[in-house]
Amino acid sequence: MKKRLNARVEIRTSPHIHYAPSVSQIMRNVVYALVPISLFGIYQFGLSALALIVVTTASCLATEHLFMRVSDRASSLHDFSAVITGLLLALTLPPGFPLWMAAVAGFIAIALGKVIFGGLGYNILNPALVGRAFVQAAFPVAITTWTPAFIPGRFSEFVPSTLTLPFLKPISPAEWINANAIDGFTGATPLALQKFEQIQTSTIDLLMGMTSGSAGESSALLIMACGLYLAFRKMLDWRIPVGILLSSALFSALFYLINPDLYPPPLFTLLSGGMMLGAIFMATDMVASPLTPLGVWSYAILIGVLTVTIRFFGGLPEGIMYAILLGNAASPLIASLTQPRAYGKERRSLFNRRQKEES
Amino acid sequence: MNATVLTFPKGGIHPPDYKSLTAEMVIEPMPTPTSLELILGQHIGVPCSPVVAKKDKVAEGALVGEVTKGMGVPLHAPVAGTVSNLTESAHPIQVSSPSVILRVNKKEEPKSYQSSDWSGLSPDELREKIHLAGIVGIGGAGFPAHVKLTPPPGSKIDTLVLNGAECEPYLTADHRQMIEHPDQVIEGARIILSILGITECLVGIENNKPDAIAAMSSEAEKQTSAEARIEIKTLEVKYPQGAEKQLIQSVTGRRVASQGLPADHGVIVQNVSTARAIFEAVALDKPYYEKVVTISGKGIARPANLLVKVGTLVKDIVTHLGGTTEELAKVVLGGPMMGFAVSTLDIPITKTTSSILFLTRDEIDTDLFSNCIRCGRCVEACPMGLQPNEIGVYVEASQGENTTKFGTMECFECGCCAYVCPSKRPLVQFIRMAKSQLKRRAAG
Repeated sequence: MKKRLNARVEIRTSPHIHYAPSVSQIMRNVVYALVPISLFGIYQFGLSALALIVVTTASCLATEHLFMRVSDRASSLHDFSAVITGLLLALTLPPGFPLWMAAVAGFIAIALGKVIFGGLGYNILNPALVGRAFVQAAFPVAITTWTPAFIPGRFSEFVPSTLTLPFLKPISPAEWINANAIDGFTGATPLALQKFEQIQTSTIDLLMGMTSGSAGESSALLIMACGLYLAFRKMLDWRIPVGILLSSALFSALFYLINPDLYPPPLFTLLSGGMMLGAIFMATDMVASPLTPLGVWSYAILIGVLTVTIRFFGGLPEGIMYAILLGNAASPLIASLTQPRAYGKERRSLFNRRQKEES
Repeated sequence: MNATVLTFPKGGIHPPDYKSLTAEMVIEPMPTPTSLELILGQHIGVPCSPVVAKKDKVAEGALVGEVTKGMGVPLHAPVAGTVSNLTESAHPIQVSSPSVILRVNKKEEPKSYQSSDWSGLSPDELREKIHLAGIVGIGGAGFPAHVKLTPPPGSKIDTLVLNGAECEPYLTADHRQMIEHPDQVIEGARIILSILGITECLVGIENNKPDAIAAMSSEAEKQTSAEARIEIKTLEVKYPQGAEKQLIQSVTGRRVASQGLPADHGVIVQNVSTARAIFEAVALDKPYYEKVVTISGKGIARPANLLVKVGTLVKDIVTHLGGTTEELAKVVLGGPMMGFAVSTLDIPITKTTSSILFLTRDEIDTDLFSNCIRCGRCVEACPMGLQPNEIGVYVEASQGENTTKFGTMECFECGCCAYVCPSKRPLVQFIRMAKSQLKRRAAG
């Protein structure tokens, strides 16, 4: 007599037990960590920042949905990774960035940055930065037009450039800014002030986010706190931000020591521009970064050095975006050069290798 | 007792251990069922050839199968009975395998064994006794014990490591034997020491088994002499603490080379239950035909540590323990990390079955897997320093043959990588596929 099992049993192979946060849990936590930063951006820049965040996120979600439908695959919206791309993208754009351009950026981020490679897990670059790099090239004026933080009327009206009609030249917000803001605002960010006019912004202002800049890059302190939350939940590789910040501080200190009049102090390098947001939330994109210990450190140092190089010697005041994209592009190479040693294998030194060849 | 808690350096995971289901349960001999199915290939190596024919009457402990050529051990009748058939039985890995079906003669009294002095025997005589008793390593692939106790010429063995880690969740069979029969385990260790001609024995036990550590320590103290210095080492609770290379590094600090053998580093490892079986073979002249098996999980009415005859069908064990519960979703022979899922209860236990788990849906994971997000958790969890993520992606792209550089052949399939994977990727399965592709290529 054959005894039949009364239930339908699973026969998948070992291990039979699993424990890990799911992909969507990890991604959701990254979203949670980005919420305070987004809220602070809205508090700083008002309605325009809110609209910007909503538009990029919606654009990313819609693009991902569209591509999944077209390629007849199951919807991947529930994994929350497109939300992260949308939020990160908005946080790196100027607060008064025209919304239609933001929508284009979102589309490019997902279409060219992600789904074209096969979706989550296969993108070689950080999708949000792909979108941003595209609009940086396509709309050079709009992406360098800044509005000051804490304009009194920011919650009742949009920055005029926000509502620019598609394919029309954005209205310059200068007049509106002058009507609303404190006198003499030049629209320059701390990085631009330093680079082109050698004017230093105070460290406290940089930490607290009292400056103008992209929608979500200004408060170094808040970004660090949100990053710590993720690092403690083991959902962010702390070695990447630590490596980037340390290497860029050391590298910029070198120049500061040579010529303190021309180059900013290392602390300024760390706290200004997109450094914090980039190092903590962009460079740590799991998919596009190496994951072996040596690989992670090499990747972080490469990004730190490149950021400082671009900032000090490039035409633009900010360099973190291109540095991270270059780091992403280099990470397969870094991975293959930094293969870890399996347990019980001899350390592979040059000497050993030669011995092997001789034998 | 040594107060320092030892562990291995790389990777590892901390799954919930679920051992409380059976940890307090005294080993319970299961009444012999009406028939047994003795699979002729019980373990790694050469399967036995039957030495009995249909309708033969056999006594308890009589030879049923033997190996004349190659690496193997004989197979014995666990009870007196009649050979009712030579046929095939279900097998957890090979689907089906040749076997001898034994109809149990319930009228026969169980045999009793008397202890005898073994101290006058030579290493070769002791080894022969172990061989003839049919002992294989318990819990793993079932490597014949007498072969393991014959170190390759030229290797200088100085330490015996006894594995009492029992790091797989749910399992308590070794734990109970260390509590209930520490004297036999330690005496088994002394027999092994005398075979190897060494004096040093280290027993590694995870510190979630303080009662076993206490029992074994006091027994070790009692039996320690100039010829046998036996020391209990407390290990951190971390899976896979009981894996051979990890255990060796934890208790001796030695690092076994990639593709190397413990013997190259002066170490021989045996399981505590194997040591006990060796005691029974040498001191009692009892062949290895029954073993302690943990029956656990929320899918069985009554979890237990059962002493069962080799060849007992899982369905008879289920009946003895009051049946399965309605939530049963998976039946696993072996531990939850490395065991084999089976689709039938008509399957006999073998010399290497350490447990049978009846798992419910909330104990297992039935999600479908998704893309690798390169989070690196598997790389961090791998005790061998490999890159399971890369192997998985390569296998999906039909590139399993090109994964040697990620350590495919170093993998011993502990399952840490798949356990921690957020995308629920079947990484161990991918690695097995890569291994078979590599082997096929090597074979031409």
